[in-house]
Amino acid sequence: MLIKKADKIKPSEITSESVYLNRRRFMQGLAGTAALIAAGSARAIPEYDLDSDLPRYPGPDWLQGLLRASEPNAAFSSQEDLAPYHSVISHNNFYEFGTGKKDPAKNAQNFNTDPWKVEISGEVDKPGVYNLEDIVKPHRLEERIYRLRCVEAWSMVIPWIGLPLSQLLKQVGPNSKAKYVEFTTLQDPQRMPGQRSLFSSLDWPYVEALRIDEAMNPLTLLAVGVYGNALPPQNGAPLRLVVPWKYGFKSIKSIVRIRLLEEMPKVTWNETAPREYGFYANVNPAVNHPRWSQATERRLPSSLFNPNVIDTRMFNGYADEVAHLYAGMDLKKWF
Amino acid sequence: MQSKMLRLLQWWFMFLAALLPLGWISYNAWIFNLGADPAKTIVDFLGQWALHFLWISLALTPLKHLLGWSGLLRYRRMLGLYALFYACLHLLSFATFIVGWRWDLLLQAFTERPYIFVGATALLLMIPLGITSTKGWQRRLKKRWGQLHSLVYLISLLVMVHLIWLIRASYFDAVLYGAILAWMLGYRLYLKRRQLQRRRGTAAAGS
Ligand code: HEM
Repeated sequence: MLIKKADKIKPSEITSESVYLNRRRFMQGLAGTAALIAAGSARAIPEYDLDSDLPRYPGPDWLQGLLRASEPNAAFSSQEDLAPYHSVISHNNFYEFGTGKKDPAKNAQNFNTDPWKVEISGEVDKPGVYNLEDIVKPHRLEERIYRLRCVEAWSMVIPWIGLPLSQLLKQVGPNSKAKYVEFTTLQDPQRMPGQRSLFSSLDWPYVEALRIDEAMNPLTLLAVGVYGNALPPQNGAPLRLVVPWKYGFKSIKSIVRIRLLEEMPKVTWNETAPREYGFYANVNPAVNHPRWSQATERRLPSSLFNPNVIDTRMFNGYADEVAHLYAGMDLKKWF
Repeated sequence: MQSKMLRLLQWWFMFLAALLPLGWISYNAWIFNLGADPAKTIVDFLGQWALHFLWISLALTPLKHLLGWSGLLRYRRMLGLYALFYACLHLLSFATFIVGWRWDLLLQAFTERPYIFVGATALLLMIPLGITSTKGWQRRLKKRWGQLHSLVYLISLLVMVHLIWLIRASYFDAVLYGAILAWMLGYRLYLKRRQLQRRRGTAAAGS
């Protein structure tokens, strides 16, 4: 059924999307330049006031200039309060570094992510094993403020820095057979203590995937930074996906392989508990997780006597951008 | 006289020691040291301590038989009551800090979430045991007191189900507490069987 659905996506549709994307970027470029001139500043993203006693993650030399030159993308912003820096870097689900929320911040600090290679393979014109630097450098980085909705019913608003996934994919040229994009996290038990656990319910390496039209959607971001700096290891350094209309577990971290495939690949959480985690995992208040409600979420940080419970929105509030991708699909079935 | 003093001291020591987890979590909440999601941290912590006290009170009988530790048995009632106390705080903190007493969400939690339903059943069953834990009730109920309080085995199994249905990424907690529970209950079955055999043995000798 699912595969049939994907068959319906004609390569021409993907192209049309990329034309759209180019036009959009052109317009945004103009707007960005105007803003730059108006502000008269070389750095348009805000100087975040990060607590001085918290670690910072400047990233490798080659990335620092790119981060400094990154600009906010006004089309992908938010007026909501940002989750504070300390929450973003200390409250993580990254089971490769432990199952507690604080474990990744504790266990990942010495995780060296430079140099880093990414294999791009499958149905592409230019497969290969690329240095991260060579993938990222040709692009202008942008800052986007996205809501991140965890499947566990909490959420944060986070300022990412990255590039649209569609730009990278165009760089390597998916061919007409490419219907899905599969991502794989590093598997290295020596450096990732969570992968040594005997009690893990997950099979390593962690794998996630998108349909090609989801991957080409302008919202889909490959992040290399957050809060004006490089990604901390606990947040998925050096390269992670951010798919804001899907539950957080789709936004895979520390990516070492991107494969373009004709068939729908198996993905980790769906394999682990198919009744609980679907392939699509679109944020949907009308479809509950079997063990908890998805109708509301707790926006973090929450104070004790104000749990900050808010209603969860369809596609995490990004319905205008992505609802068309699922036209005609029964989202109760394809959760 | 002196041993009475000692007993009293011991009692107070146990009583206060069992409050340490509550003190620790309160202090850390006070100084904002519970991370980005203090609500969840508190709920989990109190749930864990409810379980710890329940498991400790169940461990006393096997420990007495195996290691001769009978001193602690005197505190079984206190430990059981602390299990009930922490379980109540666990529920209260869930209702206050996670759902903010939104009755629609609470009702939904209890009716639609099987793990919460079994947790609530366990807690509900703990309440009559708490009430009847006094010497007076022990006397009044006589033999039925023991029958009533063997509900604790069912309660522990329900808590185990609560825990298993919570599993996401790690089986560790479920395996650890499950193994301990299996040992504690298994040991009781073994004692019971031996008792039965012995009784049958004496009956045979008498005839
Ligand atoms: C009305 C009764 C109860 C409610 C509403 C309740 C609710 C919850 C909730 C919401 C969680 C966190 C679930 C999650 O991780 O998503 C939890 C975890 C837990 N609960 Fe309960 N519970 C109840 C009774 C009990 C009882 C009676 C015990 C033990 C005696 C218990 C022990 C635990 C433990 C050990 C955890 C796991 C904490 C962890 O993940 O480290 N609960 N409970």
